[in-house]
Amino acid sequence: MSAYGIASQLLEVVIALLAAPLLSGWVNQCRAWLQNKTAPSVWQLYRMLRKLFHKESVVALNASPIFRATPYIVFGCMTLASAIIPTLSTELPLAPAADAIALVGLFAIARVFISLAAMDTGTAFGTFGARREMLMGFLAEPALLMTLFTASLITQSTSLTTIINTLAHRDLTIYPSLAFAGIAFVMVSLAENARIPVDNPSTHLELTMIHEALILEYSGRHLALMEWAASLKLFAYSCIGLAIFFPWGLTEMHSPVALLLAVPTLLLKLAAGGAALALIETFSAKMRIFRVPEFLATAFLLGVIGMLVFLLLGS
Amino acid sequence: MMGGIIDGAQAHLEIILLVVASWLVLGAAGIVVMKRLAFVSKVLFPIGGVAGVALMVVAASSLFAQSQVAILPVGLPGLAFHLRLDALSAFFLTVIGGAAAGVSWFAAGYFRKGEGTPPGLLCLQYHLFLASMVLVVLADDAYAFMVMWETMALSSFFLVTTNHRIAEIRRAGYLYLLIAHIGALAILMCFGVLQANTGDYTFANMRVQEVSPFWAAIAFGLAVVGFGAKAGMVPLHVWLPEAHPAAPSPVSALMSGVMLKTAIYGMLRVMFDLLHVQAWWWGVVLLTLGIVSALFGVVFSAVQTDMKRLLAYSSIENIGLLITGMGLAILFKAYGMSSLSALALTAVLYHVLSHAFFKSLLFVATGSVLHATGERNLGRLGGLIRCMPWVAWPALVGILAGAGLPPLGGFVPEWLLLQGFLFTPGLPNPFLNMLIPVLAASIVLIAALAAYVMVKFFGVIFLGRPREEKLAQAQDAHMFERIGMGWLVVGCVMLGLLPAHIIQLIDPVTHQLVGQGLGASANSVSWWLLAPMSVARASYSPLLFLLGVAACFGFAFVLVRRLYHGRVRRAAPWDCGFPWRNARMQDTAEGFGQPIRQIFEPFFRIRRQLPTPFDERPRYRVTADDHFWHWLYLPVAYAVERVARLVGLLQQGRIATYLLYSFVTLIVMLALVSV
Repeated sequence: MSAYGIASQLLEVVIALLAAPLLSGWVNQCRAWLQNKTAPSVWQLYRMLRKLFHKESVVALNASPIFRATPYIVFGCMTLASAIIPTLSTELPLAPAADAIALVGLFAIARVFISLAAMDTGTAFGTFGARREMLMGFLAEPALLMTLFTASLITQSTSLTTIINTLAHRDLTIYPSLAFAGIAFVMVSLAENARIPVDNPSTHLELTMIHEALILEYSGRHLALMEWAASLKLFAYSCIGLAIFFPWGLTEMHSPVALLLAVPTLLLKLAAGGAALALIETFSAKMRIFRVPEFLATAFLLGVIGMLVFLLLGS
Repeated sequence: MMGGIIDGAQAHLEIILLVVASWLVLGAAGIVVMKRLAFVSKVLFPIGGVAGVALMVVAASSLFAQSQVAILPVGLPGLAFHLRLDALSAFFLTVIGGAAAGVSWFAAGYFRKGEGTPPGLLCLQYHLFLASMVLVVLADDAYAFMVMWETMALSSFFLVTTNHRIAEIRRAGYLYLLIAHIGALAILMCFGVLQANTGDYTFANMRVQEVSPFWAAIAFGLAVVGFGAKAGMVPLHVWLPEAHPAAPSPVSALMSGVMLKTAIYGMLRVMFDLLHVQAWWWGVVLLTLGIVSALFGVVFSAVQTDMKRLLAYSSIENIGLLITGMGLAILFKAYGMSSLSALALTAVLYHVLSHAFFKSLLFVATGSVLHATGERNLGRLGGLIRCMPWVAWPALVGILAGAGLPPLGGFVPEWLLLQGFLFTPGLPNPFLNMLIPVLAASIVLIAALAAYVMVKFFGVIFLGRPREEKLAQAQDAHMFERIGMGWLVVGCVMLGLLPAHIIQLIDPVTHQLVGQGLGASANSVSWWLLAPMSVARASYSPLLFLLGVAACFGFAFVLVRRLYHGRVRRAAPWDCGFPWRNARMQDTAEGFGQPIRQIFEPFFRIRRQLPTPFDERPRYRVTADDHFWHWLYLPVAYAVERVARLVGLLQQGRIATYLLYSFVTLIVMLALVSV
């Protein structure tokens, strides 16, 4: 474990924590532009977090310690997730702790705890949200894993650093299997991050909401951590997508300068990715909750087809 | 006492037999003090638990020893009991000992007065059950195996029907006994095939017999049916969701956590040890049966409203996963890829261990809930984490392990199994290579659905607000129940955090069965990192994982407190400002399962009863049944009934007719002899 490794690990976590709200703000900004609206500042989420941290937390009378611990657990899971996904460099001391399968497990822990916390308050909206979140989860999780498995089959590894190293060094050929996996991945990311065709991040009090129903009872610092974790999740998903499907720009030289040069590359890629997300959200309409299983089942099948295509064509 | 009748000085086997003897003595002691509940539960059961720990320790240490044999001169003349302790049986003895210890301690606090069978008799049945499971695993000839297998089935039958005054429970017990015997018949025939007309029913003889591929396939099929009936494999699963809820909770825990594993042991023994060659299509058969069982089990458990039934279906799912892993192991072995076979087999054995702990834990937790509230129906529970924290927190560990989440015990076998699937493209059969991604996808789907089920189980029972008034007075678990659950919790956590060490324990077993092990490579990097092939290929470190999450948790907690404040105000839940909410507005168990019922509708035989607009008291009723009852069991039952009626025509009830039958038979015999 070199000093360089530790430095790159720390830099990654710090950048993830600091830039994640910015990415969410940027997506909102792009979406407002596309929809011809006036956008809130990209720094809006930071202000909101600051405000929420100062406020007191209101906890439901009958809530158990699970309710109060969940924001920290979810935040911890998302931070660890952004630490093990290679964004700047592939030399990360924490990376051996979890491969692609364990990464999906990490997202699953966060999901299970959010759902338990929502059921903990004993309100109609909370339990409703928990049911829907788990429904999304059991469809989205396999789809995500299938996407990652396609990349694993190509690179003969489930370790994220090896996958990304191998993909970055291949010849610039087109992998049909990765194309299928890419579409599946985009669909899963939309569902997992409560984005428009599946969930609407900007509405409340709507019978179709999922994410908002889960965090309805949270306030103050707990809500701040939940919101921060949600933007970290979007950041982590964007980074996985960029790392697998556009793996160029990560530093390989062991020098601090190269590491620092990788930062603007990452931010540029994220800006482009965020703009693409806003575009998708603008072009599509929110679908009924009963259609969501079909949407996710399509993603799942596309992931499986990606694997089959790889086995058939060998590419 | 034992020394004289055992050939050779073998410490491990002797101590294990001593444990068995101590259980039998405890059972006999129970008979002596038949009605004294306090003595039976506070003295005999805890001692039985200590014997379980001893069994676990001795069996685990004998994993690395040479295999030991003994002959017990009991039973029929010329038919002694052959016993053998090798790595495979030692591993399953470890599982039995570990789970039995926790369950016995829990049982010490569980049994109450006036619940059917008197406590002393219960104690006898319980310890006989434990002893017979140990001897099944130790048996080294078909005779001893079958005798012990039947003892196991009968003692568990009596345990299931503890509350025999309830008709439903008697029915469940009957169904269990019936299917257990169909299975036993198939196993007996399987041994008949394996001894290859030599008349020697010892396993040592079966090991050296060269069975032709045809007869090997017959033996394989009989073993799948016979042991599958005990394991609860689809379509022989129907007894499981009936018998598990009927039995007292510690017994359900033992049956689900341990007894089902003896069936897995039997499959491994026959398919890998007694048979030499494995055909690749056996693997396909097992993969198919396993995936079907797992998917069936998990989908059905998601729609259950009875908490023990939910866990019973979840056991079917886990057995399905075990059979899938075994299928993969056979597939790899048939193509001579023994290191991958060892990988799949390690996943199977790891899951045996982890399922034994977390499923026992969940079943005993339902026992505490049942005693505190008198309810098994999820729709009448809720909010128990506040009055029963000593049950709720262990159950939380249990569901996290059961949902297959890192860093607990359920995740490691899943991880290993998926690694096994990802390696499969090396198989020389293109058809199989195509099939494997689909199966891997189903495994992932099943694992994710298991998380759904576990969240439902925990959330509906322990979280939210109590759905009934009386739940507020629920009593927390007693001291012995806490000890038992604590032991099982420690097991779940250890299994999750120390995978490299556990794989070291599994290593001798895979060496015995497929000639290869993961242990050396799994431990080559460092003790805290699990990397069965190489770090670049795949690695997982639960300790680092847990430390990472815990460190982020701690940092966030301290920073928020330091930089801001820790003020909390307690208030009624907001719920979008709706003031008239009550506990019945929470999602119910039916509601939680509704999306699954809708998505997987073809799996169920759904009958809906909808109210008309003019009903005075509208009722909405929906039942989701098992197709197999109507496709398989009821037709067979009707056919049997019809045949019985035809046979009944012979029964005239008049002595003259029967004399005529005898006479005719005699004539026919004489005619046959003279020809």
